[in-house]
Amino acid sequence: MSRTPQEAEGARPQTLAEKVWNAHVVRTGGQQPDLLYIDLHLLHEVTSPQAFDGLRQAGRKVRRTDLTIATEDHNTPTDNLFTIADPTSRKQIETLRTNCEEFGVRIHSLGDANQGVVHVVGPQLGLTQPGMTVVCGDSHTSTHGAFGSIAFGIGTSEVEHVLATQTLPQAKPKYMAVTVNGSLPEGVSAKDLILKIISITGTGGGKGHIVEYRGQAIEELSMEGRMTICNMSIEWGAKAGLIAADQKTFDYVQGRPHAPQGEDWDAAVEYWQTLTTDEGAVFDKEIVIDAASLSPFVTWGTNPGQGVELSGNVPDPAAFEDAIERTTAASALEYMGLEAGTPMREIDVDVVFLGSCTNGRIEDLRTAAEVIKGRKVADGVNMMVVPGSAKVREQAIEEGLDQVFIDAGADWRFAGCSMCLGMNPDQLTPGQRAASTSNRNFEGRQGKGGRTHLVSPAVAAATAVSGHLASPADL
Amino acid sequence: MDKFTTHTGRVAPLRRSNVDTDQIIPAVYLKRVTKTGFEDGLFAEWREDEKFLLNQDEYKDATILVTGTEFGTGSSREHAVWALKDYGFKAVVAPRFGDIFRGNSLKNGLLTVELPEAAVEELWLRAELHPDSEITVDLAEREVRAGDRTWSFEFDEFLRWRMMEGLDDVALTLRDEDKIAAFESNRDAWRPRTLPAAV
Repeated sequence: MSRTPQEAEGARPQTLAEKVWNAHVVRTGGQQPDLLYIDLHLLHEVTSPQAFDGLRQAGRKVRRTDLTIATEDHNTPTDNLFTIADPTSRKQIETLRTNCEEFGVRIHSLGDANQGVVHVVGPQLGLTQPGMTVVCGDSHTSTHGAFGSIAFGIGTSEVEHVLATQTLPQAKPKYMAVTVNGSLPEGVSAKDLILKIISITGTGGGKGHIVEYRGQAIEELSMEGRMTICNMSIEWGAKAGLIAADQKTFDYVQGRPHAPQGEDWDAAVEYWQTLTTDEGAVFDKEIVIDAASLSPFVTWGTNPGQGVELSGNVPDPAAFEDAIERTTAASALEYMGLEAGTPMREIDVDVVFLGSCTNGRIEDLRTAAEVIKGRKVADGVNMMVVPGSAKVREQAIEEGLDQVFIDAGADWRFAGCSMCLGMNPDQLTPGQRAASTSNRNFEGRQGKGGRTHLVSPAVAAATAVSGHLASPADL
Repeated sequence: MDKFTTHTGRVAPLRRSNVDTDQIIPAVYLKRVTKTGFEDGLFAEWREDEKFLLNQDEYKDATILVTGTEFGTGSSREHAVWALKDYGFKAVVAPRFGDIFRGNSLKNGLLTVELPEAAVEELWLRAELHPDSEITVDLAEREVRAGDRTWSFEFDEFLRWRMMEGLDDVALTLRDEDKIAAFESNRDAWRPRTLPAAV
C-alpha cells in the first residue's frame, strides 16, 4: 500500500488527522460522504443489542470479528463480580453475551481479567495504536485519539453498519488545532487543562472538527494524561480529538498483548513516525493557550463548559452578556443549589468519585493515593475509588494503592463505569453533591437529583480529605 | 427507515439550550434491548414537574419540537432519538445540534432542522401565543413555513435524498462491497486484530 499520504495527495502539506483520514478512505467523491474503513470496533452492552438485532433481521454477519471486541461496563455492579441485581441490567448484559456467542465476537465479561471500561481496555490490550480509526457506540471513544488515531463515538445504527461492513460513511470533517504553549505549573493536571479549554469554547465550540492537541504542555503529558484530554473532546462538541504519537506513545504500546512484534514493530513505528502535521499545513481554526497561566479547575454548573478556577467563586448569572448563557447559568445554579459569589473552596461535598474512562487509569489512582496517603476521608464524606479496569485494579493492588485508600476510609471497588452515569447501582441520591473525576455534570447524570462538580484526581483526593472542594496545596 | 418528505403539525416550544441527551432520556431508561417503547423516558425528570411544557394540555399533541441551541449534545445514545420518535415527534428545530445526535436522528427518520436563533425565537412566540397553530417542515423544499413566514434551511443533498427515500445505509454501502474487499487486501499485516485473543 502506498504509505506516504503526501505522495498520494501531491505535495500539499497535511495535518495529522487528514493523513489518518486519507489512509482509511475506501470510497470518495460523488454526492456520498467518504466511506472510511474502521480498524477497531469496540462494543459494550448498552448501545449494541439493537444493532445485533438489525443484523439478525437482515440475515447479515459480523464482517470482521477479528477487528471487534466487547466488554461489559456501563451496567455492571462494582461491589461484586457475580450478581447483577437489577433484572433489566442483567438482561442487557446477558443479551450482549448471547450476541457475542452467536456472532463470534470476543468478549471480556464481568469477572474476566480483562474486563473494564471499554476505553481503558482497548489501550491496555495494545489494540489501540497510532494511525487507526477506532469507533464505539459511546461518545468517549475520542479517548483513543491520544495515540494519534481518529476515534469517535457512534450511534446504534452506525454500530450495526460497522458490524455489517467494517466501514462508516462520514462527511469530511474540518480540522482544528489547540496549541498549548509552555509547561503546566506544578499541581495542574490534564483534567484541569481540558476543563479550562471547554470553559473557553463552550459545549459546541468544536462542532464538526477533528481537533489536534499539540504544543509543549501536551508533549509533556503522560499517555494517561493525553487520554484524559482526548476523552473530553466530545464535551466541547468536537468530532474527535487526537495527539501525534511520539516516543512516549511507542513505549506505551510496545510489549502489550496486541502490539506488533519483531519486524512488524519496526514497520509499524516507521509508519507511525510519518503521522505528524506537516510544516505549513493549514487548520480551519486554531486556539492557543498559555499553560503557565493555568491552575486547578472545577465546574460549578450543569454542563462541562460551566467551569471556573478552584480559587474562584460561583459566578453571578447576571454577569453573562449572552442572554442564553445567562438563563442557562441561572437554572444551573438553581439545580446545583449554589449562591452566586460563593468561593468554590467553600462548597462542601457528600461524595467523592474517583474513576471513569476520563480518570480511572493507574496514574490517576497513583496521584490520588499520593495525596490521601496517611490522611483520612473527612467525616460525612463517602469516597468511592473505582479502577477503570480489572487490570488497573490488579496493578493498583500490586502497588499497595488499595490499602492506602482503604486505610483512609475510602470505598475500594471493582472496575466499571460506576458513578459516572446513573445506570448501575452506584448513584447519587437526590440533592447529594459530588466531586467527580468523570466527564459530565449534566442534571441527573450521576443519579436523579444528584449534583456534580467535575474535578481532577488530585482535587478529588484533597476534597475527600477536607470535605469541601480543595487542592492538595490546601491540605 | 421511514421516509420523510414534509410534515405539518403543532409546535412544542422548549425554551432551553444545551439540552444534552442525558436530559432527553436519562441513563436508567437505556437498559432495554428493543428499539421501541422509549416514550416514557423522554425528558423523564422534567416531566415529573406538572408545569413542564409537555404536561400542558395545549402542547400534548405537538409533533414538532422547537428548542434552543446545542440540542442533543453529550452521550451517543440513539435512545434519545427513539424516545422523541416514540413520543410522537416527527421533527426537531434548533439553531444547532450535537453531531452524534444529528447523525442518529437522520438515520431514524426524525428530521432535525437548523434555523437561526431569531427564527427559533419567532417560532417559540407563535407557539406560546397560539398553541393550536401548525407549522410545516418541508424537506423537499428545504423550508419551514409558519403562517405567512418562510425560512429556508440548509441540508446536505445526499442526506436529504437518503431521508426522502427512507434508504438503509448498510444496503447502500454494500453496493461497494468490492471496494471494501480491495481495501482490506491492501491493509498492512501488522495492524492489530482482536482474534486470536492475546492477553
